[in-house]
Amino acid sequence: MTEPLLELVGINKSFGPVHVLHDVDFTVRAGEVTALVGDNGAGKSTLVKCVAGIYPTESGEIRFRGEPVTIHSPKDAADLGIEVVYQDLALADNLDVVQNMFLGRERGSRWLMDESSMERAARETLASLAVRTVKSVRTPVAALSGGQRQTVAIAKAVLWESKVVLLDEPTAALGVAQTRQVLDLVRRLAENGLGVVLISHNMADVFEVADRISTLYLGRLVADLPAKETTHSQVVELITAGRSGDLGLARPEQVTL
Amino acid sequence: MTDSPARTDTGANSGAISDFGIDTTSQSAGEAIRDYVARVRGGELGSLPALLGLGVLVLVFTMLSDNFLTLNNTANLIAQGAGKMIIAMGLVFVLLLGEIDLSAGTLSGVCASVMAMHYVRGGNLLGGMGSTVFYVFIIGMVLAAALALVMRIWAGAVLSLVAVLMAALGVPANAWLEMVLAVCVGAAIGCITGFMVAKVGVPSFVVTLALFITWQGVILQFIGEGGVFGIRNSQVLFNVANGNLSVLGSWILCVVAAGGYAAVVLGEHFTRLRKGLVTQPTLIALFKVLAVAAIAGLSTWALTVNRSPNPDLVTIQGVPYVVPIILGLLVIGTYVLNRTRYGRHIYAVGGNAEAARRAGIDVSKIRASVFVVSACAAAIGAIVYSSKAGSVDPQAGGLNTLLFAVGAAVIGGTSLFGGRGKVAHAVIGGLVLAAVENGLGLLRQPAAVVNIVTGLVLLLAATVDALSRRRAAVTTR
Repeated sequence: MTEPLLELVGINKSFGPVHVLHDVDFTVRAGEVTALVGDNGAGKSTLVKCVAGIYPTESGEIRFRGEPVTIHSPKDAADLGIEVVYQDLALADNLDVVQNMFLGRERGSRWLMDESSMERAARETLASLAVRTVKSVRTPVAALSGGQRQTVAIAKAVLWESKVVLLDEPTAALGVAQTRQVLDLVRRLAENGLGVVLISHNMADVFEVADRISTLYLGRLVADLPAKETTHSQVVELITAGRSGDLGLARPEQVTL
Repeated sequence: MTDSPARTDTGANSGAISDFGIDTTSQSAGEAIRDYVARVRGGELGSLPALLGLGVLVLVFTMLSDNFLTLNNTANLIAQGAGKMIIAMGLVFVLLLGEIDLSAGTLSGVCASVMAMHYVRGGNLLGGMGSTVFYVFIIGMVLAAALALVMRIWAGAVLSLVAVLMAALGVPANAWLEMVLAVCVGAAIGCITGFMVAKVGVPSFVVTLALFITWQGVILQFIGEGGVFGIRNSQVLFNVANGNLSVLGSWILCVVAAGGYAAVVLGEHFTRLRKGLVTQPTLIALFKVLAVAAIAGLSTWALTVNRSPNPDLVTIQGVPYVVPIILGLLVIGTYVLNRTRYGRHIYAVGGNAEAARRAGIDVSKIRASVFVVSACAAAIGAIVYSSKAGSVDPQAGGLNTLLFAVGAAVIGGTSLFGGRGKVAHAVIGGLVLAAVENGLGLLRQPAAVVNIVTGLVLLLAATVDALSRRRAAVTTR
């Protein structure tokens, strides 16, 4: 097992009176796909947003390559090499693929962007991911299909020599062929040595690409298991009840609330 | 035309090529034209409807009136529409964010009245306004500078402070200084609008509607009921919209404009071709350059002919000064939107504000700044239309100035929903509206008809925008 790339230790987060994350410990390793599963409202998206610097955490520590770090803004996360691909993709429809991939980090001077360098880098990144779904990198995103948009969003995240990529429900809105393509891409990211976090409701997808499966249940991380030694039904039980046999939360009588 | 295969095709996993398209960098002229037709059918109309409309209008008015397509009238038409066209150019920036600036018209009137007052009063704004109003004015400008500093819009802060300095020091009357003053006052007002919209979070519709009425009052306060500031006697101020370049100057402008366009388009085209980037077909690039050169040459030739109605008594020839003004603003606006980071971020915020925020773009700063840009453009527009009228009265910038400006941008193809638009759209749309106003005037139609027709043209343009948007939404999903 490789060294943890990103480690969350004892993370807590509330929205007013609602305690969303309880002492969550979560680990991401380089070259592995870690699936983050849990029911709606379990806190998956909140956890991702804490890592991305969109929400501040209340307590707990975030370590990157063993060093404690503070992430106050999306820029801090980006500087560390943590990229998030959100469920709603965060692409501007009216801009083309290159413009979207470099949005907010345009190359060249303030007064004259270096379009050639950006276009070349965008193509190289798409090529390195063996993406060939896009007819031209100058196609506006509005003209792309759902799968192509997802691909662009993921390629955008990898463009920055990122170390950790978090994918929030990347296959939720896709058809069969497109899902296939995105899952291949997810696997390829891990093979390229990145730490990948996959949030998904789809167990088939999770078992297909994940190396480890972490389950959130009502804001608590109840289990972190290797995918190979876990069964489908165990994960479903962990998601719905928070425990499965010896795994997950302790029996109710032993729980101190 | 070389169909050079892109680098991505050489990668592994080539089995997928048949399933998905291939990344190509160049296409033949035929393909490009087919692509364009497909885009238009898909709802990306751009300024096509406006150009067609302009053609129809010119045709109709030429048939109905002998005076429409005369050299004198054409030059006049351009000068008449120029002020509103320039206001529209600034409004494009606001519309790109899906916001609206209803105050642009009366705001331009405020700039015009300050400029004219400075001229008429020999630089003594204190005397012109009265002490109370003057101090409120100064405080307002200082406040605007402070707000700009809070928003970190440095240009806005600097321009506001320049306005304060010019007013407080009482710089002597000088046409050039007065024009600078007008733009600085405009920038200051834009900072206030921008702050209210972007930082306080009041919808732009409400903020600018309130300010629309406020500025109308301010103009009245500055000029006084029934008052008029004549600026006809200032050679420079009067010439802005009424003067012409010399014949030599006109041809120099023609060469600079057409040559500059050719240099930029071809230079970029061959650089991209050499680097193997996505390019348009060389044939189309050449065609564009030649078309622009032909239009520039023909219109310069036409405008350098003596167009005076009494050629024996007076000579009127040369390209009107407003043409280089509009071309200059068009080039600057297009450059800012297409080549600078700021312009890219405007499109991004207009297309998907949440995506822009996550990409680390300061969305509220962008949102505030477009109101400053719009206000500066409105001030320049004010200089031009005041010059054309030769005076500034309490109606300056009122009436349908704003309707025309918003109309020009939308008719030209800028979307009211944000994200789509170009500065050039304002010019094309402005020409359409100027043709309507001028043509109906020549046919001796009353103001009632002019307003009804203009309003309907605007409604038509907004409908085309909404329908093409819906079509685009249907065809891409």
